[in-house]
Amino acid sequence: MVRILRNTKSAAVNPLKSSQPLGAAFAFLGVDGAMPLFHGSQGCTSFALVLFVRHFKEAIPLQTTAMDEVATILGGADHLEEAILNLKIRTKPKLIGVCTTALVEARGEDCASDIANVKLKHAEELAGTEVVLANTPDFDGAIEEGWAKAVAAMIEGITRSGARTRQPKKIAILPGCNLTVADVEHLRDMVESFGLKPIILPDVSGSLDGTVPDRWVTTTYGGTSVEEIRELGTAAQCIVIGEHMRHPAKMLHGLTGVPYVVLQSLTGLKAVDRFVSVLSAVSGAAVPARVRRRRAQLEDALLDGHFHFGGKKIAIAAEPDQLYQLATFFAGMGSKIAAAVTTTDMSKILEKVPAEWVQIGDLGDLEALAAGADLLVTHSHGRQASQRLGIPLMRVGFPIFDRLGSQHKLTILYEGTRDLIFEVANIFQANQHAPTPEALDPFRKREMPDELRSSPLTRH
Amino acid sequence: MTSLSAKIQDVFDEPACDNNRGKDAKARKEGCSKPLTPGAAAGGCAFDGAKIVLQPITDVAHLVHAPIACEGNSWDNRGAASSGPTLWRTSFTTDLTELDVVMGQGERKLFKAIREIKETYAPAAVFVYSTCVTALIGDDIDAVCKRAAEKFGLAVVPINAPGLAGSKNLGNKLAAEALLDHVIGTVEPDDAGPYDINILGEFNLSGEFWLVKPLLERIGIRVRACIPGDARYIDIASAHRARATMMVCSSALINLARKMEERWDIPFFEGSFYGITDTSEALRNLAELLVRKGADAEILDRTDTLIAEQEAIAWKKLEAYRRRLQGKRVLLNTGGVKSWSVVHALMEIGMEIVGTSVKKSTVEDKERIKRILKDENHMFEQMAARDLYAMLSKHKADIMLSGGRTQFIALKAKTPWLDINQERQHPYAGYDGMVELVRQIDLAIHNPIWGQVREPAPWDCQPAGEDDLASTKNGTATVNAFNEFVGATAHRLGER
Repeated sequence: MVRILRNTKSAAVNPLKSSQPLGAAFAFLGVDGAMPLFHGSQGCTSFALVLFVRHFKEAIPLQTTAMDEVATILGGADHLEEAILNLKIRTKPKLIGVCTTALVEARGEDCASDIANVKLKHAEELAGTEVVLANTPDFDGAIEEGWAKAVAAMIEGITRSGARTRQPKKIAILPGCNLTVADVEHLRDMVESFGLKPIILPDVSGSLDGTVPDRWVTTTYGGTSVEEIRELGTAAQCIVIGEHMRHPAKMLHGLTGVPYVVLQSLTGLKAVDRFVSVLSAVSGAAVPARVRRRRAQLEDALLDGHFHFGGKKIAIAAEPDQLYQLATFFAGMGSKIAAAVTTTDMSKILEKVPAEWVQIGDLGDLEALAAGADLLVTHSHGRQASQRLGIPLMRVGFPIFDRLGSQHKLTILYEGTRDLIFEVANIFQANQHAPTPEALDPFRKREMPDELRSSPLTRH
Repeated sequence: MTSLSAKIQDVFDEPACDNNRGKDAKARKEGCSKPLTPGAAAGGCAFDGAKIVLQPITDVAHLVHAPIACEGNSWDNRGAASSGPTLWRTSFTTDLTELDVVMGQGERKLFKAIREIKETYAPAAVFVYSTCVTALIGDDIDAVCKRAAEKFGLAVVPINAPGLAGSKNLGNKLAAEALLDHVIGTVEPDDAGPYDINILGEFNLSGEFWLVKPLLERIGIRVRACIPGDARYIDIASAHRARATMMVCSSALINLARKMEERWDIPFFEGSFYGITDTSEALRNLAELLVRKGADAEILDRTDTLIAEQEAIAWKKLEAYRRRLQGKRVLLNTGGVKSWSVVHALMEIGMEIVGTSVKKSTVEDKERIKRILKDENHMFEQMAARDLYAMLSKHKADIMLSGGRTQFIALKAKTPWLDINQERQHPYAGYDGMVELVRQIDLAIHNPIWGQVREPAPWDCQPAGEDDLASTKNGTATVNAFNEFVGATAHRLGER
């Protein structure tokens, strides 16, 4: 049983978390023609925007209700109304995704009824634009929670409710926020190879994949369409990837009766086998030759790669579902999870993380716990700890601002698992030191147990 | 928040500000924050502005009293450089949870956080930043800081600039007020001398102040405090003993410069290290101010000698780019560049300025631009993203120089772009910096990718007719025609 160690510090040092509204905006960015709107002061938006831009190297649509001191005292409903109308006129979005912030939540604003009033009062002007609300105060949760709340809000606000005629080939997929653009693209190919028609919500592969459109667009271009969200209830099956997406799937089930299955991770041979079996069962089709070939490639990568993983001590800091995805991957390769740090104790997935304990905390905790580890695994902010500890860093998750192409890195299914194996093995190979007589001297540190002694081939 | 309101009134009523002097009493009282349009606003908040100004102080622990967003989404995001301490790049926040907010545990948590930081990191000082939520719930950070300072024997400085107070620019000024109230003048230096100066508003981005500092040292000037770039706490605490101040980066810290003049009789001028003539002018101004304050007049000759020597080198280096850059059209889209000597230098080597934003320029600036450009049609207040994109995609400029905010407008319009704002990767200050800027412009304009991305895909520009070949009805004919087509196409596209 994993022990969950609660945070006892007053000062968070080098945060692991990004804020909950950022997570919600991220999900809205996976919808075509969308404009996320932060209900808060202009800085809330500015910081999130800059972080998105640093990660994606793209212009990101994100706006603010620009709460000032007066609005904070008198209430922000007018600002919210004005922002929605301004966005409608200036950018003609198909979806405005309102994300609340700590400022308006601490005030205790009733944003849901504020938005209902705006919709009622301006029904004509707002025709053709959906407005949905995610309650995402910064003092609660992180990206995962915000992402899931935004998806739930879209299903609740847009999907047509009631039992519908199911289309046997139509599959709804609710991916977690830890899937990259490449992951989502690859996921679609896999599902389509079984003759199924996937509707992926949100679909960042359509909107954040970095293309050059031939005109200037102020909203997102590409992603799940609002119409597809509306018709989600006609899917034969919903597949959920990541524990944090269980709640939106439940909501879809409650509204439309679409059955769902939760797959906690799509990384690692066994996990992918499960997913492929589900697809095969739902479609009634045999597993295509191409997929079998990929599986064989992964088998071979496991064989070639495992030499580099066995006995390695891995320190991971990530949000719960990504922590589970990566920890099971490394444990499945024979490595040991020496330190596991995450953002919240609310997720059920933490119980399944293959580590003795999981620390709720920050990158300061990771740095303290990772001494003696062979690899740090976290986002770009781990770079300082990596430098101080002299331990290589594998960049995963959000934000990755000091490397290009993170969105085009595959981390799921047979191919993505294969790529991860190679990436990690290559990091170890790039950091190995030549053997020295001192390091191998049998009389040195003989009292030290074997598992604490580092192998000269892999130390750095 | 009464004292905060008073502070805001105070910084808005800035007698040294040209804009402010031009207003009547009533307009002055209203301050200079323009109301933002919800749904159409851009830019950071007051907290952002305060942190930008203070965070480069390298040996201070910067503690943000807030829920996660204010610090979690923004830390370690600027390219200032340090010659020593790295503590400023470690992020500290109280990361308030719902329970902290509901139970009113903010102040207690803050006090404990200061203790933890003091015990683990032994910083030169702790700067505590208030934010929207902690201002809203009424946490008294002044009292907590005072108590912590007494208890721990450590400088603990409250920075009262919550985001909801206003813009980034206001935050810059509130940060300066905090330095005036709590830091500057708290330490008496034992080595004050007649050649000591302060530089205000220099951030040492990409280490660029290190392109200038040796020039100052060569003429015998010592930088007592550069605020904030590569500063240590003690430099700033003893900055009141400098003899002259140069204020760079326009008016962000004008209140600091003016009040230091009032309190400690340190004269200041506004100058810039961007561009060759401006750098020379700044060096000359500094030397003159020091002489006025009692330094040996000999420094003026030393300065002139250095300027002549350095300018000659720089112009010679720039001349090498004339052939490559002559006639190239530059669009300057930034509010930040006050240094018209950059424009001057670019024009000097034959480049053409096809447009420049004057959003943040004063009346005087605008006159100067008019004189240099000889055409006021090239000045614009602010261009909408769509218009900017249209202009660039019609290739009406060969390069845009701007900040990150408009980066993707240029790139998506397949136009060379160079970052000249805070996220930039290269040092542009001083004589060498100007040469570097021109070198980067040259590299950007002449990169071979432009020839690749601007050409349409070959199948999008086939001569009409070839597309129809495969649709011939007769099967055999189709195959033959197709083979012919493939043969011809291969021949046309292949290497010969």
